[in-house]
Amino acid sequence: MAEMSIKKQRPKNLDLTSIRLPLPGKVSILHRVSGAGIFLMLPLLLWIFQASVTSPESFEAFKAVASHPLAKLILAGLIWAYMHHFCAGIRFLLLDVHVGVELQSARQSAAVVLAVSLVLTAVLWGVLLW
Amino acid sequence: MVNRIVVGAHYGLKDWIAQRATAVVMAVYTALIVAVILVARPADFEAWRAIFAHGFIKFASFLFALSLFYHAWIGMRDLWMDYIKPTGLRLALHVLTILALVGYAGWAASILWRL
Repeated sequence: MAEMSIKKQRPKNLDLTSIRLPLPGKVSILHRVSGAGIFLMLPLLLWIFQASVTSPESFEAFKAVASHPLAKLILAGLIWAYMHHFCAGIRFLLLDVHVGVELQSARQSAAVVLAVSLVLTAVLWGVLLW
Repeated sequence: MVNRIVVGAHYGLKDWIAQRATAVVMAVYTALIVAVILVARPADFEAWRAIFAHGFIKFASFLFALSLFYHAWIGMRDLWMDYIKPTGLRLALHVLTILALVGYAGWAASILWRL
């Protein structure tokens, strides 16, 4: 019976250091990490947008802040977070409508998401901040 | 047998759909704003500001912001539900998340409608 098998003692491993996550699992947890990162940085993003459109002075002030190495690092992280969340999100939407749900194609699309978001991050960072 | 009554409650279906609908709004806006910037090629502050001062872009940007904040609420609520076990702390984080996001929505509106 199903009830019996549910209650049966089964081996359990919740040790994060010994779990080898497959590629789609890595994309999934990075989707969470990138989403949480964007949420935490929302005040910064709103401030950046406000500074960039309010006045020529605030625009220059924003450019000065953005040229600082630490700011460039944070912005690179945010650009990656947006790109990864965007690409992985499109992958999840496709999975929702049963596109690419087979193991092989799901692993391939996970690799594509990781690669494409890194390339887009490098390109955008180069265009915007270099 | 799992004898659970599955009628009468939606088990998060509304949030599931809202998360995806807001995601699509944000994806469409992202494609739109990238296309506009590539075509307009704003070279200075005035050109950059003019893009967002345009009536339709302002409207679309506000919808993007609202979609982002609603999407962020569902996502953060899921994270708090998954990782924060003490009920009181979880409730406090839920309330703080809502307060922050409602505040951000007002902030975004004030930025856009001052243009």
